[in-house]
Amino acid sequence: MAEHSYTSRRELDQYGFHPAVTLLAPLVCILLQAVLPKMFPWLAILDLPLIATIFFAVARRSPIAGTVTGTLIGLFQDGLTNHHFGVNGIAKGIVGYIAASIGFAVDVENVLNRILLVFSLSLLDSGLLYLIEHWLLANMTYPLEPLHELIRAVANSVIAIPLFYLLDRFRTRE
Amino acid sequence: MESFFSRFKNSLVLIAIVLAQVIALAVQVQQPTRGFNPGEASDGHHVALLRRWITAAVTPFERLAHGTGLRVRSVWSGYIDLRHTRQQNQALRNDVARLREEQAAFAEDAAQGRRLQALLAFKQQYISSTVAAQVIGTSGSDRSRILIIDKGSDYGLKPEQPVITPDGAVGKLRDVFPHSAQVLLINDPTSGAGVILASTRIRGIVRGSTEGLLQIKNLMPDSRILPGEQVVTSGGDMVFPRGVPVGVIESVKPDPQHQPYTAITIKPMANLSRLEEVLVITGTSSTLPPAAQQDAAAAEATAAAAQKAADLNAEKLPSLHDDPEAAFGPDKPADAETTVGGLPGIPNSGLPKVKPVVHPDKYSPGATPPADELKPGAAATPQTPPEHKPQETPQ
Repeated sequence: MAEHSYTSRRELDQYGFHPAVTLLAPLVCILLQAVLPKMFPWLAILDLPLIATIFFAVARRSPIAGTVTGTLIGLFQDGLTNHHFGVNGIAKGIVGYIAASIGFAVDVENVLNRILLVFSLSLLDSGLLYLIEHWLLANMTYPLEPLHELIRAVANSVIAIPLFYLLDRFRTRE
Repeated sequence: MESFFSRFKNSLVLIAIVLAQVIALAVQVQQPTRGFNPGEASDGHHVALLRRWITAAVTPFERLAHGTGLRVRSVWSGYIDLRHTRQQNQALRNDVARLREEQAAFAEDAAQGRRLQALLAFKQQYISSTVAAQVIGTSGSDRSRILIIDKGSDYGLKPEQPVITPDGAVGKLRDVFPHSAQVLLINDPTSGAGVILASTRIRGIVRGSTEGLLQIKNLMPDSRILPGEQVVTSGGDMVFPRGVPVGVIESVKPDPQHQPYTAITIKPMANLSRLEEVLVITGTSSTLPPAAQQDAAAAEATAAAAQKAADLNAEKLPSLHDDPEAAFGPDKPADAETTVGGLPGIPNSGLPKVKPVVHPDKYSPGATPPADELKPGAAATPQTPPEHKPQETPQ
C-alpha cells in the first residue's frame, strides 16, 4: 500500500540556505568574476553571478525570491561596470523568475537538465541585455554576436555543473 | 481583489521590480555626458554614491587576492625561477649600453626640436608628475572594459586623468574613490582619444569596440595610410598629452557600415588585457621636468664628446673636404671652370680639372710630341707647350 503524506512534492523539494551562504555565495561569485579575468583574460566570457542566480532560484523554487536575488546580483554587477544601474538588474531578475518557475516543472537534480537550463538561460540573459541596450537605452552600437553568445552559454554550462555540486552541499531541506 | 493579488503575486512582484529599474534607467540616461565621448554618461550623485559603496565592498577582497598572488609570484620569481638570470643580466647591460648610445644620438635632434619649438612659440606639454598604481581587479564583464587600481583620491587622483604604461596609452580615470579608482580602458566601446598618424600626420579619433579592438573610423580612404604606421596621441582631446604611443596600424579596410570612410584597426602598444602596473598622469608642464633635463644634459654632453672624438679622428685621416671653400679657397668657387662633370648644385660631385703648369718639364702634360711625329733614332727633345691645354676627362 502506498504511503501518503501531507507534505506536497513542491514543499518536499524546496531547499533553504544558511543566511551566510545566501549572502556570501553570490558575493564570492561576483568577486571571482572581477578578479579572475585579470589573471586569465579569456575567463571574462564567463558569468558566474548568472550561475549563482540560476542556482538559488532553482533551489528555492520561489519566483519572488528568484527575482529579488537575480535583481540584487545584477545591480551589484552593474556597480562594478560602466553600465547604468538596472541593465544587469533587469536581465538577471527576469532570469531568476524564469529559473524558479522552471524549477517547479523540471527535475533540476538531473545533470542534463541542469546543463540545458543554464545554456538556455544564459542565451536568454544575452538576449535580454541586447534588448535593454537597443530598446531602452537606444544604444545602436551594441552588437548582436550569436557565436560569441553561444560560446558564452556553453562555457557557463560547463562551469555550472561543478559549481552546482559545490553549492548543493550548503543547502538544507525546508 | 485579494484573490487576484495572491494569484498573480509572483508576476506582479516581477513587473514591479522591472518597472522600478526601467524608471531608474530613464533617470540615469538623462544625466549629461562627460568627457570626450558622447556615449559616456556621467553618474548622478546617488548613482555615484551607490557605485562607491559597491566598489568599497569589493576592493578589500580584490586587494587581498592581488596581494596573495603577488607574494606567490614574488617567491617564485625571486627564489625559485632564477634560471638564465646571469645571461639576462648581461643582455640587459648590453641593451643599456646600446640605448645610451642611441640616447646620445637622439639628444641632438631633441635639442634642435626644442629650439625650433621655442622659435615657433609652440606649447609642448611634458609629463611632469605621475602616480604608479597596481591593477587589482576588473569589471568582470567583457562588455565593460574597466580596471580597478589601488590608488584613489588620497593620492591626488581625479576623474579624466590619463593612464599610461611605459609602452603606451591605457585609458583614463572614470570614477575615483578615496582608496581606489576605475580606469576606463581605451578599447572600451564608450572610450575615445584624439590621435595622429606618426609619419603622415593625419589626425583622427580612435575608439574602442565591443570586441576590444581599437579603431579609427572617421578617415576617408588615403593611399598613404598603410599597416605598420605608428599612431600617437594628438593632445586634441584634452585628456592625453601629445605624443603618447597608442599603437600600430594593423589593417586598413573600407567600412561597409559607414561608406566612404575606412575602418583602420590598431594594435595597441600596451597589453591591455594583462596590465599589472599603470601610471596615472597627474600633472603636465611646458618645460622638461628636472630629472629629464638632467638626462638631456647628460645625453648632450655624451653626444658632444662623441662628436669631438670623431673630429679628432677625422683630422688624422686623409679625406675629401666637405665644402668647396676649404678645397679651393674662398676666392675659387667650385664651378664649371674648375670641375668636370658631377651633379648640378652639389659640390665635389665632379672631378677637379688639372691646374696650369708653373714649371714645365718633360713629364708635364703635353710636353711629349704625338707618336706620329716621332722618328725612329731621333733624339727626344722636350717641347715647351705653347699654351696649357688641360686634359679633358670624358663625362
